[in-house]
Order: sequence, then structure tokens, then C-alpha cells
Amino acid sequence: MQSETFYYDNKIPKLFAIACVFWGAVGMLLGVIIAFELAFPLLNFSDYFPYLSFGRLRPVHTNAVIFAFVGNGIFTAVYYALPRLLKAPMWSKALSKLHFWGWQFIIVCAAVTLMLGYTTGKEYAELEWPIDILITVVWVIFGVNMFGTILTRRERHLYVAIWFFIASWVTVAMLHIVNSFEMPVSFLKSYSWYAGVQDALVQWWYGHNAVAFFLTTPYLGLMYYFLPKAVERPVYSYRLSIIHFWSLIFLYIWAGPHHLLYTALPDWAQSLGTAFSVMLILPSWGGMLNGLFTMRGAWDKVREDPVLKFFVVALTCYGMSTFEGPMLSLKNVNAISHYSDWTIAHVHVGALGWNGFLTFGMMYWLIPKLFNAKLYSRKLAANHFWLGTLGIILYAIPMYWDAFRSYFMMKAFTPEGQLQYQFIDVVNTTIPFYIIRAVGGTIYLVGVFVMIYNLVKTARSGSFIADEVATAPALAKAYKAPTNSIWHSLIERKPILLLVLSLIVVGIGGLIELVPTFLVKSNVPTIASVKPYTPLELQGRDIYIREGCYNCHSQMIRPFRYEVTRYGEYSKAGEFVYDHPFQWGSKRTGPDLARLGGKYNDLWHFNHMINPAEFIEGSIMPHYPHLYDDELDTTGTISKIHAMRKLGVPYEENYEAIANKDLRTQAIQIKNNLVTESNGKIKISDKKEIIALIAYLQRLGKDIKIETTSK
Amino acid sequence: MSFSIYLTQITDVSIYPIISLSIFVIFFISVSVWVYSISKADISSMKQIPFNEK
Ligand code: HEC
Repeated sequence: MQSETFYYDNKIPKLFAIACVFWGAVGMLLGVIIAFELAFPLLNFSDYFPYLSFGRLRPVHTNAVIFAFVGNGIFTAVYYALPRLLKAPMWSKALSKLHFWGWQFIIVCAAVTLMLGYTTGKEYAELEWPIDILITVVWVIFGVNMFGTILTRRERHLYVAIWFFIASWVTVAMLHIVNSFEMPVSFLKSYSWYAGVQDALVQWWYGHNAVAFFLTTPYLGLMYYFLPKAVERPVYSYRLSIIHFWSLIFLYIWAGPHHLLYTALPDWAQSLGTAFSVMLILPSWGGMLNGLFTMRGAWDKVREDPVLKFFVVALTCYGMSTFEGPMLSLKNVNAISHYSDWTIAHVHVGALGWNGFLTFGMMYWLIPKLFNAKLYSRKLAANHFWLGTLGIILYAIPMYWDAFRSYFMMKAFTPEGQLQYQFIDVVNTTIPFYIIRAVGGTIYLVGVFVMIYNLVKTARSGSFIADEVATAPALAKAYKAPTNSIWHSLIERKPILLLVLSLIVVGIGGLIELVPTFLVKSNVPTIASVKPYTPLELQGRDIYIREGCYNCHSQMIRPFRYEVTRYGEYSKAGEFVYDHPFQWGSKRTGPDLARLGGKYNDLWHFNHMINPAEFIEGSIMPHYPHLYDDELDTTGTISKIHAMRKLGVPYEENYEAIANKDLRTQAIQIKNNLVTESNGKIKISDKKEIIALIAYLQRLGKDIKIETTSK
Repeated sequence: MSFSIYLTQITDVSIYPIISLSIFVIFFISVSVWVYSISKADISSMKQIPFNEK
């Protein structure tokens, strides 16, 4: 058959690699900053502007690391490996460019809007609806380009790395679309389509699988390509890799409910989540061992070659976090870990160890190839390796330690049956751990800068190969399977079938998990005393979301003695039916707020929010002085009420017409309370944002309290 | 957990976990059978794909 000549384009992988390293450094720097903010609240700079406040900056950090660092890492791998594995250039250069610039544009929009306080309030899905649409468009462009390449390939078989890429693409598309259903209220403001329990279920179905199909499966594809290339021998067991693939994508999608143990989620769904999470150990460890065994007999190389060193630790961290994950989904372990820094340690072993080190290994291998040069300094790379490892250790250990320590403090009772420690006692003793963690992160970041220097030097010493020539015969149109291999290799020759099958596999899990979610909704008994938020409370809630209070506070009390004693009656599913979006939170840097309403008077909140540290000795909560200067924007009230009614919140017909009048009455009431409670010392306009926030905080958890007192 | 009462109101809810588990077991067995029936020659040629890019 005639050979055809074609070129592999290196320009796009190079661009993605640069973006990956650049955003990686930015995202990690933000991580270091927020880590220090927790220890030294002055670093929030809240007295000057609200943009760098922890609640706003943490989403920028998580989004940057997940979607900018790892995202560009995935695309680097795909745009480099896919053409080579298929013996065909990427299908469209124009789409490749659109993909690259589109993604970078999204990242910039994300960073800017999040700092300005535009957020949906759902973790790792914070971006507002216009950006969600942009993401969908760019993702489709990526998919079309990938499938165009697959369909014009010159290699019959699809190598297993490509399977991982395909499954990741289709699943991320599904997750993004389902979780992003939202009702636009204005440009850059929307309410989640779902409410309360249902919103929580969809969100964590998304959140868990974002970890699975954004941070794990595409990176496994990356591993199955770059690891064999770097060791210069094929993967240990190709059969195992196929089993790894199918069972992993099958099981992952079911495991989401383990984020919601002991919450309003039904028992059987929790147990199912736990069962599938535990089973996940098998394929994950299968994959890890497959990777490690690929290096068997090459251990002498591992000692020398920085690329392999990084890969070994990446795989080890993958093994550790995939062992830990299932453990965390056991109910009794989860009781300790949930809301604590244990979870933070867990994700960072994954992010810094698995994603970070795999990316670094890939870069140390790829950049010399792209620039036809030798790595500038192996010694620097080795130093980077040790800095990174030390960084991970100093990050993780204090967080684990702190999680256990806080747990025992939180649940300690005096012999008289009273809580032994106030929340603030726990906060005060936690600060040293936060400091060590921040130092660990800094060391890791220094390593990244060492790498950047090394890679730049490497690139400078060589010359960039923009196009690599290759030759291969075209695929014969009519394929006749060899007689001995009946229907076996059917699937890996049929990309569309593979796509559809992956979609079915993840779709089944998704459906079985989500259908009851929707049934639950109609089965959550409405509690008669639970009423929609008043217009002022609704506005206050939007301020709560805007400032990212959910990054430190939960609103979900679990049915444990030590929680009920500390925070009040445990949370009921029916209490959240008007919460678009839900605000259960995932981490308690501050106390739970689910039953805050009525705990203090308005004046307390007024004095607390302006400078928590002055009011509560040792508080690490940021200041919010801008809420006392800025006037509440009430022009949006009408569209907010309108949108909420469309989502099923029972505001009366035409309530819009008098909503702002009600809002004003309630605001004046709070202003008057402040005057009386401070004996006339505090005089503030009832138009300020803080008034709305106080209204919301005073409402939290009150519905049920009313019911019990009226009985 | 008191929340589970909402679920018991859904008819035949216990069927969900059972269906899920059986689907997985069947799926897993089929994949394994399929994988182990692929010929050795096919497997080793697929393994080599990353090394034939030129
Ligand atoms: C950096 C994490 C952090 C952020 C962000 C944060 N808080 Fe806090 N919050 C804390 C900590 C720690 C405490 C406990 C110490 C104290 O009372 O100040 C606390 C306490 C509180 C309390 C007192 C609760 C009680 O029962 O005593 C309220 C109310 C509160 N925060 C509201 C908010 C609101 C509203 C926001 C968003 C505008 C917010 N917090 C953002 C950390 C945070």
C-alpha cells in the first residue's frame, strides 16, 4: 500500500504546555496565599478591597488548579499523543487554535468574575452561566477536533490512552451540562435549577466525578502514553489496562454520594455510594500496579532519570489517595473526616502528588523533545523532585494531624455533660498547623519555579521543531478482520461505538443515581412552617454567596450528640426546599451556621462582621467593611423573585410589585434594632448591604424553631 | 437516619442497589471474558502502538 507523508504539529502542544506551567504557578501561588490568609487574616486585605478575601480567592485557586493547570495539562497530552497514536495530524488547525485561545479566555474570565464576586455558589462549578456556555462551546470544539482526528486516522487500533481521553470527554460534557442547569437572573447572576437536597445530590455527583473524569481518567491516559515512552518499553499488561479502563469508568460514576454521608441523603444511596467507593480500590490499584510494573527491570533508570522519579511518586500518590478515598467513604471514618482538614489533605495528595508530579514528569520529557535539546540540568530536576516531595509531606501531615486533633476537641464533653471547648478554642490551636501547611505549599511552589527555570534554559539551548514529519499508509477502506480474532477487537477499532458505550456505561450509573434524586424531591415532605425567604433575606443570601462564606461555613448539622449540642437540632431535608442553590458547604473552618438565626442579636452580627478578630479574640474570619459602605442594589429584587417563582418557590402572584416595599420595611426594622440594642450609638442607613446580610443570618434555621415553640 | 423515611415512600426503592450491583457484576465478568479472549498477537501489536509513530 502507498505510504503517505504528513506532519505532527508541535506548536499547539507547546502552547498548551506553556499555559499549563504558567497557570499551574499562578494557581499554586494563590493556594499559598489563601493558606497564609487562614493563619494571618490581615492578608485578606479586606480593609482595602474585597477581591482577595478568602471566600472569593479560594474558588479562584481551586478552579485555576483544576481547570487551568490540569486542564491545559490534559490538552498538552492529547494534542501531543493523539496524532502520534493515530498516525494523523490533528483534524483541524483552526479548531486547535480556537480551543487553545478559547480555553485561556475562559480562564481569564473565570479569575476576573470570581474575584468580583460573581459565583453560583456551587463548589468547583462556581462559574456563572455565560462562562458555562463558553465552556460548553470550547468543549464541543475540542471533541469535534478529537473525533475528526480519530476518524481520519492511519492506525486501525485505538490505543488504550485514547479510550481514556474519549470517556473523559463525553463524561465531562454530561456532568457539566447536568450540573449547570441554572436560571439566569441577569447577566452574570443565576440561581441553580435544583434546590436543597436535590441540588446537593446533583452537585456532589458532579463534584466527585469532576475529580474522577477531569483529574483522574485523562491523566491515566497521559500515564499510559508517557510512561511507556519514558521507560522505553510497553505497558506491563495491556489486558489489565483495558479492565482498568472499563471498571474504573463504570464504578466512579456511582460513588458520588459518599460526599454526603450523614446528611439529608437517604440511607440506601449512602450505602450504595460506599459500596462502589470501596470497590473502586480494585481498578485503581490495578492501574497503579500496571504503571509501576511497567518500570520493572528499569529501576536503575529510575534512580537517574528525573522523569521516571516523578512518575514513580505520582503513581504512589495515586495509590495512596485511591486507597484513602474509599476509606473516607466508610461511614465511621467519614464522621471524622467530613468538614475537616482531612479532606483537604486527601485532595492535595492527589493534586500535588498525582496530577502535579505526573505533569512535571511529562514536561521534563516533552520539552527536550519539542526543542530537540537535552534537559538543561538533571541536578536541578532532582532538586525540584526533593522540594516537591518535601512540600507534599509538610502539607499533608499537619493537615491529617489537625483533623484528628480538632475532632477530639470538638467532641469532648465535660463530666457535667457540657462541651469542653468553644469553637474558637479549636481555631486558636489550629493556627500552627495552618502555618506549617502554608510553608509546605511554599516549598512545593519553589520547586515549580526551579522547574520553570530549567525548562526555559532547556528550550533556549535547543531549537523548536514546529512540525515533525512522518509517513504511514492510509487505512484500507474495507477492513477484513483476521480469521483468528473474531469480534474481539471490534470495539477498539470503532471509535464512535466506543464513545457510545462509554456514554452508556457512565449514563447507567448516572441515571440510577439521579432518578431517585428526583423521586426524593417529590417525597421530601414540605414542612408547613418553612417559608420562602423575604426579599431582604434573599438579597442577603446572595451576598453570602457572593462573599463565598460557604468556603468556611457549613449549613448542615449532622445527627451526632457533639454537633447537636454545639449547633442545635440536626438539619432536616424539608428545610432546604427553597434553597437555590444549597449552601451546605464542605468544610468547617468556621462553625456551622444552619441554626444561627436568633442565636445572637442584630448588634452582635453588626459588630462581628466588621472586624471578627477584634470582636472574638483570635478569630481568623476576614473583615467585611465594604458591606457597611456599599448600598444594596435593589433593582434586581424583582427579577430575583420572578426567577425564584419560575423555579417553583411559592411567592404570590404579582408579589414582585410590592417586594421592594417589604424589603424596605424589614431593613428599617433591623436598623431600628441596631439603634436600640446599641443604645443609640450605632446609626447606619437601612440601605447598606450589611442590613440584608444580617436579615439572612437571622433567618437561618428559624423555620423549625418556630414550629417547635408553637407546639 | 430519619431521612430514609422519605425514600421508603418511593415504591420498591430497595430494587435500586440490587439492580446496580448485578449490572456491575455482569458487566465486569463480560469485560474480563472479552479481554482474555483477545489473541496474544493482537495484544502485543496494540501495546507497541506508542512506539511506531514515525
Ligand atoms: C476564612 C474563613 C471564614 C470565612 C470566609 C467566613 N467566616 Fe465566618 N467564621 C469563621 C471563623 C473561624 C469563625 C469563628 C470565630 C468567630 O466567631 O469569629 C466564624 C464565625 C462566624 C459567625 C459566628 C457564628 C457563631 O455561631 O458564633 C458568623 C455569623 C459568621 N462567621 C458569618 C460569616 C459570614 C456571613 C461570612 C461571609 C460573608 C463568613 N462568616 C465568612 C471563618 C470564616
